[in-house]
Amino acid sequence: MTDSIIYSVLLLTSLGIMAAIILYVVSKKFYVYENPLIAEIEDILPAANCGGCGSPGCKAFAEKLVNSEDISVLFCPVGGNAVMKLVSEVLGKEVLEKDPTVAVLRCQGACDVRPKTTEYQGPKSCVISSLIYSGETDCQYGCLGDGDCVAVCKFDAMYMDEATGLPVIISDKCTSCGACVEACPRDIIEMRPKNKRDLKIFVGCLNEDKAGIAKRACEVACIGCSKCLDVCPKDAISIENNLAYIDPAICTLCRKCVEVCPTHSIIETNFPPKKDKKVEPKVEVLVESEKIKTDA
Amino acid sequence: MSTQPIIVSGSPHVHSDRTSKKLMYDVIIALLPAFLVSIYVFGISALIVTSVAITSCILFEYVIQKYLLKTSVTITDGSALLTGILLAFNLPSNLPIWMVIVGGLVAIGIAKLSFGGLGFNIFNPALVGRVFLLVSFPVQMTMWPTAIENNTTVIDAVTGATSLGVIKEGLQYGETMTEISSRIPSTISMLLGFTGGSLGEMPALALLLGGLYLIIRKVISWHIPVVMLTTMAVMTGIFWFLDPQHYANPIIHILSGGAILGAFYMATDLVTSPMTKKGMVIFAIGIGVITVVIRLFGAYPEGVSFAILIMNAFVPLINKYFKPRRFGSKIKAKIV
Amino acid sequence: MLKTFPKGGIHPPENKLTSTKGIKKMPVPKMVYVPISQHIGIPAEIIVNVKDNVEIGQVIAKSGGFVSSNVHSPVAGVVTKLDKVIDTSGYKKQCIVIRTDAKNESNFEDISYSLKKDITMAPKDILQRINDYGIVGLGGATFPSHVKLSLKEGTVLDHLIINGVECEPYLTADHRLMIEKAEEILVGIKILMFALHVDKAIIGIENNKKDAIDIFKKLTKNENGIKVAALQVKYPQGGEKQLVRALLNREVPKNGLPLDVGVIVHNVGTIYAIYQAIQHNKPLTERVVTVTGKQLKNASNYWVKIGTPISDLINEVGGLPEGTRKIVNGGPMMGKAIKNLDVPVTKGTSGILVISEDEASRGEPKNCIRCGECIYVCPMGLEPHLLMNLSEKGMYEKASSEDIMTCIECGSCSYVCPSNRPLLDYIRFGKNIVKKLNSAKN
Repeated sequence: MTDSIIYSVLLLTSLGIMAAIILYVVSKKFYVYENPLIAEIEDILPAANCGGCGSPGCKAFAEKLVNSEDISVLFCPVGGNAVMKLVSEVLGKEVLEKDPTVAVLRCQGACDVRPKTTEYQGPKSCVISSLIYSGETDCQYGCLGDGDCVAVCKFDAMYMDEATGLPVIISDKCTSCGACVEACPRDIIEMRPKNKRDLKIFVGCLNEDKAGIAKRACEVACIGCSKCLDVCPKDAISIENNLAYIDPAICTLCRKCVEVCPTHSIIETNFPPKKDKKVEPKVEVLVESEKIKTDA
Repeated sequence: MSTQPIIVSGSPHVHSDRTSKKLMYDVIIALLPAFLVSIYVFGISALIVTSVAITSCILFEYVIQKYLLKTSVTITDGSALLTGILLAFNLPSNLPIWMVIVGGLVAIGIAKLSFGGLGFNIFNPALVGRVFLLVSFPVQMTMWPTAIENNTTVIDAVTGATSLGVIKEGLQYGETMTEISSRIPSTISMLLGFTGGSLGEMPALALLLGGLYLIIRKVISWHIPVVMLTTMAVMTGIFWFLDPQHYANPIIHILSGGAILGAFYMATDLVTSPMTKKGMVIFAIGIGVITVVIRLFGAYPEGVSFAILIMNAFVPLINKYFKPRRFGSKIKAKIV
Repeated sequence: MLKTFPKGGIHPPENKLTSTKGIKKMPVPKMVYVPISQHIGIPAEIIVNVKDNVEIGQVIAKSGGFVSSNVHSPVAGVVTKLDKVIDTSGYKKQCIVIRTDAKNESNFEDISYSLKKDITMAPKDILQRINDYGIVGLGGATFPSHVKLSLKEGTVLDHLIINGVECEPYLTADHRLMIEKAEEILVGIKILMFALHVDKAIIGIENNKKDAIDIFKKLTKNENGIKVAALQVKYPQGGEKQLVRALLNREVPKNGLPLDVGVIVHNVGTIYAIYQAIQHNKPLTERVVTVTGKQLKNASNYWVKIGTPISDLINEVGGLPEGTRKIVNGGPMMGKAIKNLDVPVTKGTSGILVISEDEASRGEPKNCIRCGECIYVCPMGLEPHLLMNLSEKGMYEKASSEDIMTCIECGSCSYVCPSNRPLLDYIRFGKNIVKKLNSAKN
């Protein structure tokens, strides 16, 4: 009895020692030199492996940062300026400071304002349904509602709102990696500067149809009426193909355009309610910072 | 026009009426004649084992999917029902009930659902259940009630080994085939199923009938059963031809044990068999060869279930290397 | 044993409800919506303005390049708008909207052309006219015909194949055309043979159109070089590659064209359009459309002006029946479901199929049970289940090396799948991405 215990202990010990020796020899013999800086940079990077920088994963980006002469064109959207500053300190190379951006959804075509005229049957994927036709509603520019963007988001910053049939972006979690922008076949999601306190004003529509057609398809469609254009003090708004666009670089967030828009297709986020005007009793509770305000 | 919006979807806009459910039920229909023979031979115990196997398979699938995996429950697709029947067919009719339930748990829980459910299992669930029981409870799993033909009535009191077991044992004790042959049933009773063996593997004729039905209904193709049985016949035939005193003849090999049940119902399982005809042929040859090797030279008298499971493991590889010929991949002589 | 292609194929219920219905003339619509992109390739360029008066057969949009085609006005009238209208693709596309001039007699006169057998044009002129008169493949692919017919120096061509297969269920447009215009089609074949200097032609017709086979057998009895071949009924025999394989036992190489094995394939409808263009100076402005569906009261075949809204056709057969859930432009296997009834008939519209609830709905997709049925029916020798998986998982490189691009999108795999898996939807998606990746590489 004791014999067998001793034998098995001995056997296992010697096996273990042998394996250790082999591992040691192999790791010494096949050691590959790697610039220690790469590991150091990789530690700084957020390890999200989202691909938002254009490299396949953080390790690849770290290599790129270490090996490139000029890294001013490289940027980690997830880590933002803070991480890039650390990187620049370690590597001693210049980095460019960028304004933090966040994804916004440029479509407000919820089920109640944009009626469905057909029913799509097939795989639940925007890319696939967009190959078949222009979507269940009569708007061929808006959200298809199958959630390709939500599926690719690695930061849980998006979810589908069952009530509206539209995706919702949680600004605080969005790292602006750009995966959703890539995934959307309609290019509805745009990266816009986060500004102070995440204040944003943008046109929540991409419909290029003429006013009547656009309005018939969706109550909150931009009809290209140019009222916002007239009221804008800074010429930040341009209208092309019956569609307004607010240039974030020029916009001063004065909110004038929001009030004049007859179809409420200009969205403002995170602004405090205006005090001088009567606040509508049905103001939505701002659970998500991105929740669209149905401003009166 | 109706108030419902029109549907838009990709082509094609029509669909054949074949469904996986129908395929499952076709297999079940094909198994019925054999089941009836089994009840006739083994009596009520066959019915009990089968219903216990079916109930436990369906119940385990329900419980595991609903409470453990928290996915949608798929017990209505007929696949758990079929697994239950096939498992029962591979068990002796006098097996203790609790062992049948353990078999059901292993088949559904381990072989099927832990791989991801229907379509993702690598091994045939019923066979995994059977083999698990066979290696865990070898005594109970190899004591079959022997049906004895007595004019019209059938008595199922005596327990004993199958013909293959008798042959294996006899040969080990140095007997010759002529001496053994008196102890194994006649070809006719093997065809009809009046022999010892697992619940549903002995009625060769009834199983063949069902197999024919499956081939006619295009649920299975003829490749696997025909090639597998031919391989077995050829291999055992060669040995028998060389030394008829120490090797049983091919007819005994094909009609006894699980050869026919395996060839038509277990090896042809859609999920765990190759997808191309070429692959099926390779797969069937493999099963035939391994079966014969186990039967003639292995420790077990029977090897069909092991052979099928071993070849199941090769299916992904076979699928990878035996692809259909792509249209236009070999350019023929251009113009005459 | 009748000829057919050896690998794959299915036999869905034929449902040729309208095969005995003669081709009626569709009343001239009040408005026509003529898309400028009715063919594969570059869209045509609009050369008319709003308020312009146009005559029947006048070029209103000019071919935009080599792989493109002229578009002619199907009616005499006034251009009212240059607008975007949803077409078969499901998207809004540029259209020329013309209001038919109710007073212009040329819109309504019924010209029954007498058969004209003598070919008076030179081969070069014939090909030029096919280009000018906007003729495209009328089988459904709408590939500009002149592109198919312009042979490079040194190309060996020994057979002209006439595609009278019409393997799609429900559709009978080609079938009726073959019965009613057999002699014209024969002249059309001779025109092409003359223009291409080919001395052998085979008309391939599936055996469910025995009347058409008999007519052509009788007509070609004394013809040297023109043969009629009855084919076993099997979908997708109307695919060029399958048809060439069935008739001549030649396999078109992967990513190749029938021309690589010395064959040109044309649909009977195209042949008839060529006959009209060459012998009667008539550009392609109308085509035969089967309007069909099990619930329709007066399902039939019609001569329809290009640009007629589908709603006009539906009204003509007695309106949409109760419970209609899907309207398909084309056959049930390869046709496209349309979004609304304003979609106009184009050169590629071979039929309008109205489907009811129980036929229209797709079953709930279930797990793949690896039955291999999709592999057996794939006429191209592909593994649809694998291609679907690869597309779904985003493994496009691998999908490409598994020959996803050779898929002809016949839909046989989705048709047979016992688990209702949307195989073709994913393969189409994979093909789209692979195409983009490939063009990015070049």
